[in-house]
Amino acid sequence: MSLLLIVALPFLGALLPGLMNQAGRASCAGVTFTVTLAAFVGLLTNLPAVMAGDLVMYRMDWIPSLGLNFTLMLDSLGFFFATLILGIGLLIITYARYYLAREDNMGEFFTYLLLFQGAMVGIVMSDNILLLLVFWELTSLSSFLLIGYWKHLPEGRQGARMALTVTGMGGLAMIAGMMILGQIVGSYDLSVILQNRELIQNSDLYLPALILILMGCFTKSAQFPFHFWLPHAMAAPTPVSAYLHSATMVKAGIFLMARMWPVLSGTPEWFWIVTSAGMITMVLGAVIALFKHDLKALLAFSTVSHLGLITMLLGTGTTYGAMAAVFHILNHATFKAALFMSAGIIDHETHTRDIRRLGGLRHLMPITFVIATLAALSMAGIPLLNGFLSKEMMMGEAYDTVMGGNTWIVPTMAVVGSLFSAAYCFRLIGHTFLGAKRDDYPAKPHDPPAGLWLPPAVLVVLVVAIGVAPFLAEPAVKAITSAVIGNVGDVYDGRFKIWHGFVPALYMSIVAVGGGLVALALFNPMLKIWDTVPRPEAKTIFDAVIRAAVRLSRALTLPLHNGAFTRYSAVMAVTVVVAGCYAWVTGTVGAPTRSVQPAGAIEIAGWVMLVSATLGMVFLHRNRLLALVLIGIVGLMVSVGFVFFSAPDLAMTQITVEVVTTILLLLALNFLPNETPVESTVLRRVRDVSVAVAGGLATMALSYHYLLRDAVTAPISEFHLANSYKGGGGTNVVNVILVDFRGFDTFGEIIVLGIAAVLIYALTEALLGGPVRARLLNRTPDKPLAGDMHPMMMVVLTRVLLPVVMMVAFYVFLRGHNEPGGGFIAGLIASIGLVMQYMASGYSWATQRQRYPHHGVIGAGVLIAGLTGIGSWFVGKPFLTSDFAYVRIPPFGKFELATAAMFDLGVFLAVVGAVMLSLDGFSRLARRAHVKDSDHAMDINPARSEKEALKGQGV
Amino acid sequence: MEILVASAIGILTAGGLYLVMRLRTFPVILGVSLLTYAVNVFLFASGRLTIGAPPILTDATTYTDPLPQALVLTAIVISFGMTAVVVMIALGAYLGTDDDHIDDAPGRGEDVV
Repeated sequence: MSLLLIVALPFLGALLPGLMNQAGRASCAGVTFTVTLAAFVGLLTNLPAVMAGDLVMYRMDWIPSLGLNFTLMLDSLGFFFATLILGIGLLIITYARYYLAREDNMGEFFTYLLLFQGAMVGIVMSDNILLLLVFWELTSLSSFLLIGYWKHLPEGRQGARMALTVTGMGGLAMIAGMMILGQIVGSYDLSVILQNRELIQNSDLYLPALILILMGCFTKSAQFPFHFWLPHAMAAPTPVSAYLHSATMVKAGIFLMARMWPVLSGTPEWFWIVTSAGMITMVLGAVIALFKHDLKALLAFSTVSHLGLITMLLGTGTTYGAMAAVFHILNHATFKAALFMSAGIIDHETHTRDIRRLGGLRHLMPITFVIATLAALSMAGIPLLNGFLSKEMMMGEAYDTVMGGNTWIVPTMAVVGSLFSAAYCFRLIGHTFLGAKRDDYPAKPHDPPAGLWLPPAVLVVLVVAIGVAPFLAEPAVKAITSAVIGNVGDVYDGRFKIWHGFVPALYMSIVAVGGGLVALALFNPMLKIWDTVPRPEAKTIFDAVIRAAVRLSRALTLPLHNGAFTRYSAVMAVTVVVAGCYAWVTGTVGAPTRSVQPAGAIEIAGWVMLVSATLGMVFLHRNRLLALVLIGIVGLMVSVGFVFFSAPDLAMTQITVEVVTTILLLLALNFLPNETPVESTVLRRVRDVSVAVAGGLATMALSYHYLLRDAVTAPISEFHLANSYKGGGGTNVVNVILVDFRGFDTFGEIIVLGIAAVLIYALTEALLGGPVRARLLNRTPDKPLAGDMHPMMMVVLTRVLLPVVMMVAFYVFLRGHNEPGGGFIAGLIASIGLVMQYMASGYSWATQRQRYPHHGVIGAGVLIAGLTGIGSWFVGKPFLTSDFAYVRIPPFGKFELATAAMFDLGVFLAVVGAVMLSLDGFSRLARRAHVKDSDHAMDINPARSEKEALKGQGV
Repeated sequence: MEILVASAIGILTAGGLYLVMRLRTFPVILGVSLLTYAVNVFLFASGRLTIGAPPILTDATTYTDPLPQALVLTAIVISFGMTAVVVMIALGAYLGTDDDHIDDAPGRGEDVV
């Protein structure tokens, strides 16, 4: 199966559980299982190629200019992790089906789980590191959703936030690290990067890149000092803990260290950072785990400890260490997932996870006892179980590791870590299952249904099988190791054996296991000491850091961003003017290249009207209606200006937009106060006037200098003028640019317009659905209403005009390609025709006669425009390539048929729908309860008294 | 001629800026509209001023620059959408709080319900 499909399957499948939610829990889990199984089988079809040592690749260019391509690769390392993810995923899905309670929303759970699974498979199969980063962040997000799945639990929410903060921050650091790495090598493809060990390690940027990438790995894999989030993530449902926080996600950091091993490892920096972090984590996690009473917390810290062990092995930089790490990843995934699931079973059946309240469960839950004991013994490193084998390798590697000339520190730490590890394993078995049966369990324990114990049992079978017959795992581990180390060295060629003879590793193991037993015997006195010794609490520190960060950002932003819009605008205006002045003073201004054109009387008259209307607005703006009239004049003069300076299309657009804008503002003014009160002080007005005048003078100077000079380089418009007819089939170049040359822009713009209209609709709905509604209904108008709400003359006139307006719109639309006009203008004209009906005959009369909802019209417009664009794909051309032909229709003569006309139709419909939907929102606010909308358009009430009129009772 | 257009842009900007710095929503909306005119005319003028040469292909030899026109045309339509949204937000805020101040001052504009 194609790699793309394997990665895509979980993402596509994530849509299904939500849909299947209604169909019941079994089908919901079933569909998730099937999706995962399909991906798993697809993965297995690639096994022969991977076994043959081939690199399976999939490549699709995404943004090649940024080096971001959708390239996937599969080698034995990726295959190994993908098997873990999908294989354990199958077990977890089965387990979760029985684990989740009836009240839990199973569809939501499995959707998140599949999202996570897809992201994880994406990480291990990415060839492009930028793509890898995308998947990396996706795992952080889906893990956040899964940890916080039980939204009613505050620990769940806090744990989710903490996990997201820590891993997200690490992810950000890693993005920077990967960028640097890509810069050093000159490629973002892993397959290229991995070939450039010398280049990377000799670069000056090696250390920053290493530290940043390791930040990402350490946060994800919970390495000291970022280990504290993992125990808090245990608030998640147990299947999540077993899957994400033991078997897969926390191994993503380890995976990446293994992936980058050939190019990053082997330097002193790598050795010191990675080995020490791993070693500290291993010992610290093991010690804390011993004293945890919550089963899941114990397992969480033990996971931290084992991840530290693997990290330490990778840090040594030897090929033997890498092999031990790979082997331990496999072993840890099997026994730890089994243990988590067992802990979940105990929690599920006894209703507690507190070890102090358990004990003696071996008779009550024999199956669980066997599973958990075998897994825990393996973790403790007891022979004939798989944990023993990799732990022996670790001991051997630790024994050979010299740190800063010191030969004993690493082996000692390894023994101490293993000792505590053995101790908590023994405690887990001893204090949970062994001992006397108690009679105070919160619930009566018994073995769970097979659906719960089978998944861990499958894993324990593997634990025993590998433990007894290590040669089963040997070829796979060696193949994976060779993928990890690349061409840096050779894989260890000795056999995997249970008995190596009397070697130092054996003595170290004996000391660890024996010490573990002693530690368990001395547990109670040790616990007393532990409880009295003060320790830093990671969560408190984390919370304090977060609080400090919030305080700092508040202190920085609030004084600047205090909610005073007027201040923002003043600051912005001054900043722009100052920046412009600086550019003016420091730059050079070329000589004018164009001569000043003379101005005649008409031009000066137009200018006077525009300027006096603007000044009038500024001085009289407190009278809002008057200001509205004056801005209408400004708009009109601007349109006249467009006509004068050879822009007929602009003039037509401006004047029609002016009409609808004025209607809109009038509708709004209906609710707003009529006057703007005098509030600002004289000083403040002086300040505002000076800022405004400075801004005005600056723009004026800029425009004047600009108008007298030609562009430095020739504008691209020549191309448009030359190709408009030849390539676009139209003589109106502006329209051809809109629907053809820059059609994609226009497509985006009609979508924006549609979104704006829908937003207005949503705001109206929200207002009318809230407390505002009552106030609107009970409001009495502050102006006397006219006696005839729908004057006869206007009604008759608008109805006669409607077909005429529509015809004009149609005409303007048709001629748009060759003469001034087009979809935008035609759409505005048509809307004006429709709005006139609303105004003259009333909202309800007009609405009753409205055939198609405005949203639908917008949608149809965008759809038509989009489909026209897609149509060009079918003839193998890029999106929105236009075509045209001339046809002769007998009675009329020659016609041009252009696909651009279809596109323009989409524009037309979107504009009509958007304008109508916006105005519709405002009109709906204006309807009141006690004024009945009459179905009769011409409802004059001559008998109405002035008093009634003032109360606004029209009918 | 150039000085007329340049001064018109300047005066529209100055008026717009002054109104944008007022304290109530309605004048601010009008101010933004004035600024929109100024920006549109400025963009349009980047094609320089040409009289009597519309970009409709005929037998003529010179045409004005069509590209700024196409850009400004969509800008005009979009500015309608933007104005409508802003007006709606202003209206909603006024109806919800009985206050049309634009600045967010403490103790003012609590929900009156």
